[in-house]
Amino acid sequence: MSPATEGAPPLLQVRDLEVAFRVRGGEVLASRGVSLEVRAGETLGLVGESGSGKSVLCRAVLRLLPQPAAQVRVGQVLFDGADLLALPERRMRQVRGTDIAMVFQNPMTSLSPVWPIGDQLTEGLRVHRGLSRAAAREQGIALMRATGIPEPERRYDDHPWQWSGGMLQRAVIAMAMACKPRLLLADEPTTALDVTIQEQILALLADLQEASGMAMVLVSHDIGVVAETCDRIAVMYAGTVVETGPAAAVLGNPRHPYTLGLLRSSPGVDRAGRRLDPIPGQPPDLADPAPGCPFAERCALASAQCRENPVRLEDRAPGHASACLFPERMS
Amino acid sequence: MWVLRFVASRLLQAVPVLLGVTLVAFLAIHLVPGDPVRIMLQGRASDAAVAEIHARLGMDKPLLVQYARFVGNALTGDLGTSIIQRAPVAAIVWERLVPSVFLLAYATLLSVLMAVPLAVWAAARRQRLADHLIRLSGTVAFAMPSFWIGLILILGFGLTLKWFPIAGFGKGFGGHVHHLFLPALTIALFLAPLLIQSLRAAMLDAMTAEHVEVARAKGLSESRVLFKYVLRAAAIPVITILAVNIGWLISGSVVVESVFSVAGLGMLLVHAVSTRDYPVIQGLTVVFALLVLGVNLLADLAHALIDRRVRP
Repeated sequence: MSPATEGAPPLLQVRDLEVAFRVRGGEVLASRGVSLEVRAGETLGLVGESGSGKSVLCRAVLRLLPQPAAQVRVGQVLFDGADLLALPERRMRQVRGTDIAMVFQNPMTSLSPVWPIGDQLTEGLRVHRGLSRAAAREQGIALMRATGIPEPERRYDDHPWQWSGGMLQRAVIAMAMACKPRLLLADEPTTALDVTIQEQILALLADLQEASGMAMVLVSHDIGVVAETCDRIAVMYAGTVVETGPAAAVLGNPRHPYTLGLLRSSPGVDRAGRRLDPIPGQPPDLADPAPGCPFAERCALASAQCRENPVRLEDRAPGHASACLFPERMS
Repeated sequence: MWVLRFVASRLLQAVPVLLGVTLVAFLAIHLVPGDPVRIMLQGRASDAAVAEIHARLGMDKPLLVQYARFVGNALTGDLGTSIIQRAPVAAIVWERLVPSVFLLAYATLLSVLMAVPLAVWAAARRQRLADHLIRLSGTVAFAMPSFWIGLILILGFGLTLKWFPIAGFGKGFGGHVHHLFLPALTIALFLAPLLIQSLRAAMLDAMTAEHVEVARAKGLSESRVLFKYVLRAAAIPVITILAVNIGWLISGSVVVESVFSVAGLGMLLVHAVSTRDYPVIQGLTVVFALLVLGVNLLADLAHALIDRRVRP
């Protein structure tokens, strides 16, 4: 874990991002005014259940949302001060892969089965850095070695279907690291892997981050994964950020009932032996959002007030914000 | 070398297929009423004369004996003698084989050259104007019968503009290319819409693969993503569709052959069937089966070149 550089402007700043998906008979607001920051060198954990808008957020940052089905309505994505949403496509291609890289959920489908792994791994180096095939191969082998792939010289020309999922995720991470990005978006990088491999991949990401000084957004539905590795945490629910702050504060002193629910429903080390407590009910229908707090229907602490107006994210302590009208009821 | 092992194993598999195809064709043609000897003699011969010719041609023997003799001769390259034309079947078929295969290969090439860029364009601009126009014109071309397209091409490019000859096979490679352009285009206008539709659909399907999104996330240009990742994955099912249609066109191109007076296998087959010329029909059956097997072998080879997983 690297200390966040206080005072410096954040590397990535997402402001009031609103993303709508056109679907049959209407539209779905997958992201409803999301704001968050990632500072240089830090790890931000992005947690929330499936459909809460974590992956949509990552894709919106890289402008990889399916067109024309998804539309960014309002908002800004500032990277190093420049609004990525306003960049011409040619400039945006430079940003992808060189400044911001992404690791996807399923390593078994992240690489094309018809091209050799090494070729796909070093493609960014050839396209963005203009490296020759031979030079790219040399760097590719070094990258494979750095991500813990044994015998990289022999395996460089292998095809993805010849490898295991854990080994492939190392290759995908090596591919993301190829052009030394300043920000890595890791979208559920361990979800598709065995538990034993999960630990190795998380450790690898942490090591690479420490060595390179890049910032990282670690997306997970598993608050335990995030607790281990992140400096700060943002909790998402129904397309909004409901709580954000330093990892220790959010996990130790949650200020939103959804965060509390996530903690109580997750088998953490510190609560060994205790009974798990699932959150009752279902996430709300994003096609027909209620005007008030989206969590109100499932919240034991909610009152009539919660259902009337949108609840804004407000500071509870320096750097620790939550979108709840009754944060003091949590303790 | 995997290619050699691949081809060798496919050739071995082809042996039972060939035996089956020829057996069925052999038995089926003898079930059809009509006697080639009587057709040849135009009904003026006595029954005794017909029986004598039957005996001379071996047609009085049991069918299985005739079949065994046919297979045995075919193995030595002897496909028998045409009852009607009184010439070796192998020579007759060979003479017709070259224009037919040339025409098919030419038409395939033209259709691929037309279909791939249009399908990629349509897939890249899906649900926009270009996509709709490409698909609409494909449907229109596909809906027009081949003889009609052929006549229009003859009228336009042959008679009015005089750019291309309207009949025959020409001399030398350049002559063939020139003479067969209009018939090849006619077939290509039937084949290309099939390829465009299936390739477009396969590309749209391939675009949803996660590795395509990963490729975009690497900052690759859209054309690189389309040609290197999407097209490559989408080509596999389309090659199969192409092979099936070429297999059908080997005998199905008879309409185009007759419109452009190309002396090919299709016209030979129609003539042989109408005169019950058994040896020619049997010989053509063997050749058609060989051609279809050859086309499928090429398709499988192309598939294996694209995707290593199917290599032995």
